[in-house]
Formats: sequence, C-alpha cells, structure tokens
Amino acid sequence: MMRRWPLLLPVLVFFVLVGFFIWRLVLMGQGDMPNMIPSVMIDKPAPDFELPPLLLNKPGLKTGDLQGRVTLVNFFASWCVPCRVEHPLLSQLAERVNLVGIVYKDKPEAARAWLAQLGDPYQALAQDSDGHTGIDFGVYGVPESYLIDKHGRIRYKQVGPFTPEDISGKLVPLLAELNK
Amino acid sequence: MMWIKAPVRGLAVLAFLLVLQGTAVAVQPNEMLQDPKLEARARELSKDLRCLVCQNQSIDDSDADLAKDLRILLRKRLVAGDSDAQAKQYLVDRYGDYVLLDPPFKASTVVLWVGPLLLLLVAVWLALSYARRRALGTVADAQAAPLNEGESRRLAALLKSEDK
Repeated sequence: MMRRWPLLLPVLVFFVLVGFFIWRLVLMGQGDMPNMIPSVMIDKPAPDFELPPLLLNKPGLKTGDLQGRVTLVNFFASWCVPCRVEHPLLSQLAERVNLVGIVYKDKPEAARAWLAQLGDPYQALAQDSDGHTGIDFGVYGVPESYLIDKHGRIRYKQVGPFTPEDISGKLVPLLAELNK
Repeated sequence: MMWIKAPVRGLAVLAFLLVLQGTAVAVQPNEMLQDPKLEARARELSKDLRCLVCQNQSIDDSDADLAKDLRILLRKRLVAGDSDAQAKQYLVDRYGDYVLLDPPFKASTVVLWVGPLLLLLVAVWLALSYARRRALGTVADAQAAPLNEGESRRLAALLKSEDK
C-alpha cells in the first residue's frame, strides 16, 4: 500500500485547486477583480503636471496644488457611463475631502454640459484633453481616483467607480489617518 | 462575372478577406514617424507592451484609445532621444511590470517563471517513479516462486483445453 500514495496526488491537487478558486472568488466578492492592475504609483509623489481650467470661475490644477491638504483627484469624462453612476457618491464625498476633477479626453463643452446637468461637486476642474497627464498618473480607464496626502504623495488609487463599500471600508479610514 | 458559380465566388471573397485580415494593423498612418528607423523601433517596442484596456493584446495590435495614446507617447519618447530601454522604463514607471508582455525575472515574478519548470520536474519525477515501479513489478513477477506439481498440471490442462 505504501507505494500507492502517488495515486492520491490528483485528488490532493484537485482540492488545492478548489481551495485556490474559492479563495479568489471570496477576494473578488470583496472587490479584488483580476483585471485590476496594481498601481506602482502608490506612495510615490504625484506626477508633474499643469492643466488648464475647464470653467471660467474655477481654477485648473497643477502638481503644486496637491500640497498641504488631503486631496482626492477624480479622473472622469462625460462619455463615461460609470462616472455618471459614481457622481452622487462623489458629491457626498466632497463634504469630507478636497475633491478636484480632471476631465479625461473629453470635449470641454460636453464636460460643462454634463456638470450643468448633474451638479458640480469639484473644488477645481482641469482639462486633460490628450490624456497625457492621465498616463503619468497610470490611468487606464475612467473613472479613476487618486487620494493624495498632505505631502503630495499618492496614497490610494480607486480603479472604476467608487461603491459605498469602497468609501466606508477603504477611503474613510484612510482619510481619518491622513488627516491626523 | 455571371459564369462564376456561387460557391467559387464565395471562396474568392473568403480568400480576399483572409488577405485583408493579414494586413490589418492598429497603427494608423498618421501615427507613424517620418524616420523609418525610428518607426521600426517603435513597432518592435510596442509589440512587447501590453494594452492595459484589453490586457492580452499588445499596444501594437490594439485599437483601444489608450493603446493609441501609448503608441503616440512611445514615439514621442523615441523622437526625444530615449533608448529602447528608457522608453520602456517610462511606461513601467507608470504602469508597472504589468505593461510588459515579457515580464522581467525578479522576486515578484519568480512563481511565474519557475512555476511551470517546477511542475514539469514534478511530472517527470512522478513518471519516472511510476516507470520504475512497473519495472520492479515485472522483475518481482519473474522471481515469483516456481509452480508446484499440482499447479503445473493444472496449467497444462488449461492450455490444452484452450487449444481446442
């Protein structure tokens, strides 16, 4: 019987695989999707950029503006459907954090119309018309949001729209820590 | 072309489409660089860079907007005088090793590189030990105790009855 043990190996491999799949499914349930690319920008200073304003009565955005207080940089576009879904949550968030928006590869007039329709929760609004600043941040789809600490370092990246769970589970605790 | 029968015409259309498919590339003429040497370098580099939207296509293959932006950016870097390695690093700094379709060998990618080799070694070891066991089995059978008189007689009888 001793030399029969390798016959059990496929069974063992089967259960190891099942365990692995269950583990991944649980992680996916918690929002860790396999198509999300881990950001290399976390804990690095925000990239150098200077973008023109979208509106006449609101400033644009540059790297220097991200110093001194915790800021949430939100990349969005009027052509982006998930951004519309995310918008009410961002409006609520704007009461807790300095929220600034970067309009990613969009026509300015379309972005202005979008904000006029849905409301404008942003403290500053900048245009990234060629998407270059987006690439410098590591954006690969909109919406994406970056939480920047008081020293101008990226501390958190949200790929895709915020969900209420993301906000209560990840963003709010991190905000409390960074605002200390 | 009335005399061409429908199936033949269908085949001709198919052949034409196949030819077209072979030449379809994502790179648009207006993205290409004037300098053919630089353009060739850009094409080679972008074959090794992953489109982050489609994730299993290179930016050379992909029609995604971001892939186009990355192709243009890559060409800008080359025109600015970047070496191939510098241009690649520029994107790795922003998107991580994930952007490389041929990831480098380092601590975080050990499983990726060594995993298949380990599996192969395990498989070879299992196959060898199985083969050895079988060989041992046959030897053991050959060395089994010889038949006693009763057994030989029965065997002879059985063989005889089978001959009929």
